[in-house]
Amino acid sequence: MIRLEKRPTPSRFWLYATPPVAVLLTMIVGGILFAVMGKNPVEVIRTIFWDPLFGEFAFYLRGQLLVKAGPLILIAIGLALGFRAGIWNIGAEGQYIMGAIIGASVGLAVFPTENRLIFPVMVLAGAFGGWAWAMIPAILKTRFNTNEILVSLMLVYVAQTILAKASTSFLKNPEGMGFPGSRNFSSYPAAQNGYLIEGLGLHWGGVAALVTAVLIYILLTRHIAGFQIRLAGQAPRAARFHGVNPTRLVVLCMGISGALAGLAGLFEVTGPAGQITIDFNTGYGFTAIIVAFLGRLNPLGIVLAGFLMALTYVGGEMASTNLGLPAAAVQVFQGMLLFFLLGVDVLTNYRFRLSGGAAVAGAK
Amino acid sequence: MTGTVRDENSGASRPELLKITGVTKAYPGVVANSDVGFTVGEGEVHALLGENGAGKSTLVKMIYGLVRPDSGSMRFRGQAYAPMKPAEARRLGVAMVFQHFSLFEALNVAENVALGMESPPPMRELASKIRAVSEEYGLPLDPDRMVGDLSAGERQRVEIIRCLLQDPKLLIMDEPTSVLTPQEVEILFRTLRQLSAEGTAILYISHKLEEIRALCDEATILRRGKVVGTCTPRERSARELAEMMVGTSLTPPERHPGEKGEVALGVSGLSVKSPIPFGTSLKDVSFTVAKGEVLGIAGVAGNGQDELLLALSGELKVAADRLRILSQPAGDLGPVERRAKGLVSAPEDRYGHAAAPDMSLIENAFLTGSQRRGLVKKGFIDWAKTRAFAEEVIAEYDVRTPGPDVAARALSGGNLQKFLVGRELNQSPSVIVINQPTWGVDAAAAAAIRQAILDRAASGAAVVVISQDLDELLEVSDSFAVLNEGRLTKPVPVQGLTMDQIGLMMGGAHGMEVAHHAS
Repeated sequence: MIRLEKRPTPSRFWLYATPPVAVLLTMIVGGILFAVMGKNPVEVIRTIFWDPLFGEFAFYLRGQLLVKAGPLILIAIGLALGFRAGIWNIGAEGQYIMGAIIGASVGLAVFPTENRLIFPVMVLAGAFGGWAWAMIPAILKTRFNTNEILVSLMLVYVAQTILAKASTSFLKNPEGMGFPGSRNFSSYPAAQNGYLIEGLGLHWGGVAALVTAVLIYILLTRHIAGFQIRLAGQAPRAARFHGVNPTRLVVLCMGISGALAGLAGLFEVTGPAGQITIDFNTGYGFTAIIVAFLGRLNPLGIVLAGFLMALTYVGGEMASTNLGLPAAAVQVFQGMLLFFLLGVDVLTNYRFRLSGGAAVAGAK
Repeated sequence: MTGTVRDENSGASRPELLKITGVTKAYPGVVANSDVGFTVGEGEVHALLGENGAGKSTLVKMIYGLVRPDSGSMRFRGQAYAPMKPAEARRLGVAMVFQHFSLFEALNVAENVALGMESPPPMRELASKIRAVSEEYGLPLDPDRMVGDLSAGERQRVEIIRCLLQDPKLLIMDEPTSVLTPQEVEILFRTLRQLSAEGTAILYISHKLEEIRALCDEATILRRGKVVGTCTPRERSARELAEMMVGTSLTPPERHPGEKGEVALGVSGLSVKSPIPFGTSLKDVSFTVAKGEVLGIAGVAGNGQDELLLALSGELKVAADRLRILSQPAGDLGPVERRAKGLVSAPEDRYGHAAAPDMSLIENAFLTGSQRRGLVKKGFIDWAKTRAFAEEVIAEYDVRTPGPDVAARALSGGNLQKFLVGRELNQSPSVIVINQPTWGVDAAAAAAIRQAILDRAASGAAVVVISQDLDELLEVSDSFAVLNEGRLTKPVPVQGLTMDQIGLMMGGAHGMEVAHHAS
């Protein structure tokens, strides 16, 4: 019989080995899935993991990696902060949308200004939008003890409804000939989030993601707020004994994760997406949950995980256009990654023991 | 004075019931039992004596089928005995009352008893059986009462009656008296003697020596997983038993009672609603502790001890003037501000309340030491200074650990407690509140902790010790009070107190007589 046995201290080896092992298992089981679907598994895996980096179109696709990784990293870092504290903000997608809408609204309200200050103001408005949307579950939790998972998740659907309304009515491009969607920021230079380095796909969102990773890393390891966040997640009663105010912590963590998601939304809508449309959001808010865990809730790990997830996005698109793989198969593939990650993660704190019934004589 | 091993059979005129030979059980990193052997006769009250971590619990878990030995053999009633699970052990006539009860507070007594049975009879029949057994053995218990409303002693009776209904040949009791008042202990002992006279053997686990001397026929003494001696407890003094158990001679803590100073902690009319379901709310608690004084607060577990600690540490806030630290109102302050004023506290639960189990000792040192030791600068943590603080506590309080970087959960209970008590004491506090300072701590470490507390009091700190160990309280306290159903008796000087008086202060035996409050 195989039994799980708790380790006296968490295994450092498995802490770092878990992500690569999970990726490997995903490739194997995903390969089997693709084979069952009648595709050549080796070719599909190569298309997803190899071609974007070293294939024929790598010069273009490599740039796409940072474009996709930027928002994922930015959102995931905020989420990780809350997850570390045991605060489960599942609604980053909604905060991302609201950040984009509020930020874009500010810019579009003064269209067509040429004042360069409008972009920083929009960035602040975007962060505010995400923050405010996250405050709803935060305040409901601290005042009425509601479950932030449910409330934040349900608010995603509210945000999507507002987004649909925005793109078809109040933010609709008056010169858009009746098509849904706002004005395009590519023709609004003062408010546009253009590429800083074209070939790398680096725009202000990518810069924000990398800077945030470093800042949050410092917060978690050096600052007392980071200590309190970690403490509250690991030992809530010890946190109260230490003197953590749970209400303040919920507001802080939800606020930071909401603001970062809002920022990501603003950078996306003024940059790669270009305009508010019904479906400009591509599920980054949900995928970021996987990225947060894949990166071990560690800001620097999340940067790596963000790039890995971006790879499956870019490669997955390649696979669906070039090899005719359904988009759902790629999503299953991404989901598998989280599944195996959480599964293998058990080995960090537990180990397998073979236990024969009657016992082995002379075991030390 | 160790290892007085006697011939196993001498003096045992009783027929053999349970014989254990060469049992070994190892866990990763620790051998819990090594080549353990002893014999229990029918109707014998047999003590398993040893410090925490000596391997008593593992041994009885093997007898009860919860754990399987790596090697060795057991015989029960003349048959080879190797239970795979507790149900099998129960079927063969082995029952066990655990130290920590497994009862559902929202169900009544009869329902709880039924849940622990293989094939419970209809509820009405069961209730009348419970009444019959409880009367027969002098354990008053109403089958219709909600377990959440019962005292710890009454809850234990539920567990005992659950066992007795199955008519066991061997009853295992793990530290049964740690939750009882002296009077309740007397009732329990009468029941156990009656059972023994009727032929039920009792395997009695404890580290309380006087009890073992009063109750047990034979004793097997364990140290570090090995049998180091057997004896007839009545023929030995408590000190001899203690030295066999610990392996060294023990010195009681030294007291240097100083002059009592001004009042350092004043509590008046403190009433707090318990934040814990089925917890005990505090009702009008008042006391003062002067500089250099140790106030001992006794009481059976669940009478408001946890709530009192929360209210004193600042985790529960009260009106400002209900609690004064050095004459300044502090009731409305949280833990951070109270520490700043000089009050430090050590909760009972070490793994999760006093310490974060998965965090390192350095991080746990920071947990309460951050303000008074100046470990934060402008919001940033000075880890080098924190490490030095952790190392200081480890060295000064003889904490056995590979280093300050290990997780708190990797330390044994006693070692972690030494670290946690040291962490508070080394913050030059003016008021110290400790709940259960030596619970689950081995005798040597417990002595060290008590000495450290007394030393702080001698140098002018006011100390509140909340404990269920009366011997400990009598040893360290200057004044003594009892917490009973959330009310605190008026503190009285320890000198001249008798066990009887203390028992009456504790409310006597629940359900047996009207509570008298000594004044």
